[in-house]
Amino acid sequence: MQPVLVLVECDGAEGAVCVSGYRLLGMARRLGSPVAVVRRPVEPRVIAALGRYGATRVCVVEDMAEPAVGTAGAGGARGVASTAVAVHAISELAWQMSAAAVLVPSDREGREIAARVAVRLGSGIVTDAVDVFADPDGPVTVQEVCGGAYRVESVVRGTAPVITVACGSAAPAPAPAEAIAEPAVELMRVTLPEADRRVRVVARTRKPDRRPSVAAASVVVAGGRGVGSAEGFALVEKVADALGAAVGGTHAAADLGWCPHDALIGQTGAIVHPRLYIACGISGSVHHRAGIQHAATIVAIDRDPTAPIFRIADVGVVGDLHEVLPALLEELARRRNPAATEAI
Amino acid sequence: MKLVVLVKHVPDETVDRPLTDGVFADDLTVDREALTCRLGEPDEYAVEQAMRIARRRMDVQICVVTMGPPGAARALVRALALGADEAVHVVDDALHGSDAQATSLVLAAAVRRIGFDLVLCGTASTDSGMSVVPAMVAERLGVPVACEADAVWAGEDEVVVRRDAGPTTDDIALTLPAVVSVTERVGEPRYPAYRSVVEARGKVVRTWSLADLRIRPDEVGLGASATVVRSVTPYAGQGPALIVRGDARDAAERLASYLSEHQLI
Repeated sequence: MQPVLVLVECDGAEGAVCVSGYRLLGMARRLGSPVAVVRRPVEPRVIAALGRYGATRVCVVEDMAEPAVGTAGAGGARGVASTAVAVHAISELAWQMSAAAVLVPSDREGREIAARVAVRLGSGIVTDAVDVFADPDGPVTVQEVCGGAYRVESVVRGTAPVITVACGSAAPAPAPAEAIAEPAVELMRVTLPEADRRVRVVARTRKPDRRPSVAAASVVVAGGRGVGSAEGFALVEKVADALGAAVGGTHAAADLGWCPHDALIGQTGAIVHPRLYIACGISGSVHHRAGIQHAATIVAIDRDPTAPIFRIADVGVVGDLHEVLPALLEELARRRNPAATEAI
Repeated sequence: MKLVVLVKHVPDETVDRPLTDGVFADDLTVDREALTCRLGEPDEYAVEQAMRIARRRMDVQICVVTMGPPGAARALVRALALGADEAVHVVDDALHGSDAQATSLVLAAAVRRIGFDLVLCGTASTDSGMSVVPAMVAERLGVPVACEADAVWAGEDEVVVRRDAGPTTDDIALTLPAVVSVTERVGEPRYPAYRSVVEARGKVVRTWSLADLRIRPDEVGLGASATVVRSVTPYAGQGPALIVRGDARDAAERLASYLSEHQLI
């Protein structure tokens, strides 16, 4: 079977593999024999875990100039050079092994790596695949387009297609027991050319613990008149803190003094551009909708199923927010609990 | 300082709901003739960002570039009204159905021909939304790239961008020339004054063909595309709106699942 390169992130607690890595290995098994590419030294238990999900080889890639210091270190503390390291390593390995495909997670860094590797290899690129399977004509990818209204199946031609896989597309499944073998571990040292050192981090600030401002936040939780009281609004703030989000309010909430006036979202207030906008007890007046139409995903929680906010929402929850929000907080806490995620 | 902004003429989602028939042509490409198109919204933010850099310096020249059918020139006129100085339209029949590789090849060739200090673009187009073209163009030009910048400061020989990196906010410096893609958080685009809309008609839109860029027609278009679309099926599994009703605990669990599936939490 031809090797399939998989970029595996090991940014979890104590260098554990991210769930996306297992998911990608599962998909890679359908196309060939998965080769995991990791960018930090890994412990034997991590290698064993990668093996359980089907990795036949593990390539540990290191930058010659800045060898990684141990496995400690918080997730996300990598320099920008590691993007270039991944690009070099994957292009080199794909060429050496004549890989059947390259799978990377579909996040900002993954997309950049995929784009640059595809140019170097001159191969096809598919982004945000929700499913991948083998076919006599070549790997077939499934994508969702037009907001999930259509599913597009396409065959990828040429050598070593680069595929970014949408997160949450499939649940990771361990490989069948008979297929599991201890993966071979290789160390690869990459020397970056000077050109790749023209990008550098000049400042890295930990995000302040206080909430971000609504206009610049990537997640916003907002409350309206339906919240009912200032005490009820504290619930909205709790959900925002759980998501690391900014707190916003409608005209009504701001006028009633539940939230400060600079958190007002709408035509006369802030126009927001978050990835996720959660509207709690907001009916969705024209004034308010003008401020949130740029939000990528809108979630509305309201008692009234005929509220106009449901017409523009991607997800609507019809129910009393005083019950739904505490349940959501519990659910979020449960999902964050490391004991619950360790089982995966 | 020469700024080049890459823009795209995309279907206007506020006019045509993409759920009706007629989004796809017979060859399964997006049928742009049948849809109302406009300058992509993320591109407006990139043009605006170029304008903000231009306001702080005397020597800035902003050139907008697009690749697309003849109708795409309207996107360029809009960008000129928003403040760009000149425009380049790469148009050729052979370009129909080009994929990301071909698009980046053409745009990189056009940018190289124009000459540049900084290339700005939106994070992703609103139609295909692959958001890989900025990095591909940078790789072809051999210059550094920073994608999804939330703020941009242009200096004499470097550009500093700020971006969200999970638990931290990073300031990243790139040596010019460079490519930067900006998010919608960089700042609202201005509403063009009537005067600038009129003036935009007098600005130059240059039209280049593939031959001008020395690209062979067989390197681009549907034939050179690395992916062959096999089928496009309406997918009923997830409508535009998922409505959750019932018990609060159950609703919260489904909401949390949706959010984590879509990588929102």
